[in-house]
Amino acid sequence: MHSTLSLSQATTVPRSNYAFDSHSPSFALSKPINLRFCGLRREAFGFSNLTQSCSSRVRISSRGHSKKIVASAGNNGTPLKSFNYDLIIIGAGVGGHGAALHAVEKGLKTAIIEGDVVGGTCVNRGCVPSKALLAVSGRMRELQSEHHMKALGLQVSVAGYDRQGVADHANNLASKIRSNLTNSMKALGVDILTGVGTILGPQKVKYGKVGFPDSIVTAKDIIIATGSVPFVPKGIEVDGKTVITSDHALKLEFVPDWIAIVGSGYIGLEFSDVYTALGSEVTFIEALDQLMPGFDPEIGKLAQRVLINPRKIDYHTGVFATKITPARDRKPVIIELTDAKTKEPKDTLEVDAALIATGRAPFTNGLGLENINVVTQRGFVPVDERMRVIDANGNLVPHLYCIGDANGKMMLAHAASAQGISVVEQVTGRDHVLNHLSIPAACFTHPEISMVGLTEPQAREKGEKEGFEVGIAKTSFKANTKALAENEGEGLAKLIYRPDNGEILGVHIFGLHAADLIHEASNAIALGTRIQDIKFAVHAHPTLSEVLDELFKSAKVKAPASSSPVSEPVAV
Amino acid sequence: MAHVLQTSFLPSSTSLGLNPISGSKGKSQAFQVKAKIREIFMPALSSTMTEGKIVSWMKSEGDKLSKGESVVVVESDKADMDVESFHEGFLAAIMVEEGGVAAVGSAIALLAETEDEIAEAKAKSQSSSASSAQVVEEKPKPKEEVAQAASVAASVASTVSSTKTVAVGSAVHPASEGGRRIVASPYAKKLAKELKVDLGTVVGTGPMGRIVAKDVEAAAAAGVVAASGHASQQHASPAKAAPVAPGIELGTVVPFTTMQGAVSRNMVESLSVPTFRVGYTITTNALDGLYKKIKSKGVTMTALLAKATALALIQHPVVNSSCRDGNSFTYNSSVNIAVAVAIDGGLITPVLQDADKVDIYTLSRKWKELVDKARAKQLQPHEYNTGTFTLSNLGMFGVDRFDAILPPGTGAIMAVGASQLTVVASKDGHIGMKNQMQVNVTADHRIIYGADLAAFLQTLAKIIEDPKDLTF
Repeated sequence: MHSTLSLSQATTVPRSNYAFDSHSPSFALSKPINLRFCGLRREAFGFSNLTQSCSSRVRISSRGHSKKIVASAGNNGTPLKSFNYDLIIIGAGVGGHGAALHAVEKGLKTAIIEGDVVGGTCVNRGCVPSKALLAVSGRMRELQSEHHMKALGLQVSVAGYDRQGVADHANNLASKIRSNLTNSMKALGVDILTGVGTILGPQKVKYGKVGFPDSIVTAKDIIIATGSVPFVPKGIEVDGKTVITSDHALKLEFVPDWIAIVGSGYIGLEFSDVYTALGSEVTFIEALDQLMPGFDPEIGKLAQRVLINPRKIDYHTGVFATKITPARDRKPVIIELTDAKTKEPKDTLEVDAALIATGRAPFTNGLGLENINVVTQRGFVPVDERMRVIDANGNLVPHLYCIGDANGKMMLAHAASAQGISVVEQVTGRDHVLNHLSIPAACFTHPEISMVGLTEPQAREKGEKEGFEVGIAKTSFKANTKALAENEGEGLAKLIYRPDNGEILGVHIFGLHAADLIHEASNAIALGTRIQDIKFAVHAHPTLSEVLDELFKSAKVKAPASSSPVSEPVAV
Repeated sequence: MAHVLQTSFLPSSTSLGLNPISGSKGKSQAFQVKAKIREIFMPALSSTMTEGKIVSWMKSEGDKLSKGESVVVVESDKADMDVESFHEGFLAAIMVEEGGVAAVGSAIALLAETEDEIAEAKAKSQSSSASSAQVVEEKPKPKEEVAQAASVAASVASTVSSTKTVAVGSAVHPASEGGRRIVASPYAKKLAKELKVDLGTVVGTGPMGRIVAKDVEAAAAAGVVAASGHASQQHASPAKAAPVAPGIELGTVVPFTTMQGAVSRNMVESLSVPTFRVGYTITTNALDGLYKKIKSKGVTMTALLAKATALALIQHPVVNSSCRDGNSFTYNSSVNIAVAVAIDGGLITPVLQDADKVDIYTLSRKWKELVDKARAKQLQPHEYNTGTFTLSNLGMFGVDRFDAILPPGTGAIMAVGASQLTVVASKDGHIGMKNQMQVNVTADHRIIYGADLAAFLQTLAKIIEDPKDLTF
């Protein structure tokens, strides 16, 4: 009841923003939908069992399952009045926020400890401000494309931009989302405790600001959600001006003529989109042999043809940036490149700025993990599939969970939130294992790249191991009316599936609004919907979603469609 | 998509109308002659595609191909796509090289069934390749500077800049190790490859001596493409035997630079506009007097002429209009006077924006700045492609009258001759000496008619003959 009443304006706004940013409707929508989500999940479980799925997507280990039930039932049975809270979350990023909201909904007395600003990386130094910059770069790109404008019959005089104005837009967006987030938690009655949280022992946490006495609080369950910081390899000197990380780049304090971007993953790729749209030239430095590692190779190849080759970008692959010196004494930024295989010095670059986008490192120092005998692995907190923390001896630490970047399972804002919700489900008595293969990911270049599940090589490897055939279906955006109307026909959607039973193994999209399109596929994976069934779902015409419609329809599945989900036909 | 691609690999003997071009070759599917050498056709990757560009060959001549293997990457009007082989065999001969363009349905390579047939296929390709595909060298990219430079009429104007000499290895970039290493920005490298410019011969003008895109463009425009890169060449200055412009080798055929190519295209395009000309003789004594008076304040004749033209244009908006689609007038909201300037290897039209509103002193300063920028090839697109009316002045060469070609996309261009001392009969029957210049306006007759031009010229003459308004 409490939760329904508190569904105020303030809580709705941030969530919708969130959904846009992190593309997972599963956690980000307003409460009633959340409840339905849970309901659907139960159906999904049932469905999997019925069809005798041999997939490991939803793993219900019977042993762990029953133990857990016993444990939680036991805990629930004993009223523990001695705790200050039912749940304490350390870190008020997207993961902590998602967990806190769900905990309140489940009736838990919840506190969240934050040593910095509410919102964490995503809201303050990550997805949110970068989306503001990308919104600008997308428009600039469009306005600068004379060819594109002409094709639409538009005439635009020269497009220009005001750097400070763009930077302000990003900053304003971050503060708006931050205050929305804070308000939503306050409105629901989540206590926000300010200070750095440290675990003192089982179910006990201290927190406090520097120079003030610490407070100690206890809780039945604790979630670590401390997130991550940009990872800077050895030998690279970050000065925050000419050698920068994403933290600095998002402030857009200057637009260099030539910037080297170390790392060509999501972060590097998105920034290359921003910088080239604002007039910079970009050099990628990638340690692996090809750009955009981690993407499906075919999508990566196409993306390179569209996002890299025609733009003012060149690249060095198979090299490490072993030493980067910031610009000083009227010298440029100097980057020493070393061959990744032979370790021989290979080249030296002199550029105006360097952006270090080599990934992110967990932020787990000072958490007091030693007090509970937990040893991090490369900084990550070891957890099992239910996000329960594992100690140095390989045993589970009772009542302690770790979600998000700090556990390193899937370093995405919406994955953290989904993990948090999963934990809350567990501590409130319902076993739940999150299917990470159903979590979509997106890169907000122009056009966007999105994916869910396995890449083709991963699927083929799995197929070989488990003895099933892998099918591939592809559709082009060129065949889509809406894409052509927008004059944005460049793009590809790719479906990786099992022809024998119609299971969706992975979907990869490169094209207009790919990040928004992926959810039909990710929801299908999450709910266990098979291709032979989803192909009968109707899509509005003309919409981009028909790209996926066509994709499902072009798959050649041998299994027949299951009986209609609507038991009685509805006449209209 | 896959089924579309398959149409591209039809054996020449059996293709039956699937490809419009190859359709005529074979009439009957029934008599399927076993073709040993198959042609690989440019596939139709989309319904609107008429020709495709070969982005890259993924296989080389002589390589074995298996069915379904990617052979070539083709750029259609929308995207690049891998094209797969529909047959097994050997890639015998590549008929359209990378970067080349071929019409949909035309052969781009030959596929031999066995290794022995490769030679035969090669011979076949040599006889037919010339006709079936054209390889586009230096495909002119829509480079801003070039496109606009070309949009000016054939007339050339005042500022003829000195020929830039090509220094070798003089980049002073701190990390360039005394010129041994070439430091060039990513886009400069891309452009150099595209324009076939040897970066070793380019002087960097970017930050700390780095080679940037405009340096490469300048090098390409200056025609130093083939420069061997030896400093000694410079010292061996051409013998003074004949007044031949330096750097031109007689008896050679030199392909257009991109800028020249763009000029050529624009000039041809201007032929589709029905133009006519109206001339007028204007007395310039008063203007010359004014010029003498304010010359010391940095005012230039170009600025004065631009100002006078702008003031006349606001009274005759139709002359400042343009016809872009053949169906309508576009009355431009501002009066932007473009003035043609000759630069190395081409010409460009820096634009004096809002020349009717800006005062003459500011206008003169602006003009100087634009010319400096033009010479350094640093003009921004809005500084050379926003002109609504063009001025071309050859007066400084002593030319008394000439005829300009209308730049596509504008309504009119005015050719200005030299002001000369002339014997004139005045109205009261006396004979006197006056400075007179001839102007000749070329205009688009779809929107600007004879009377419009005549009235405009009359206004212009009044302004120039009584130039007090020029200084406000």
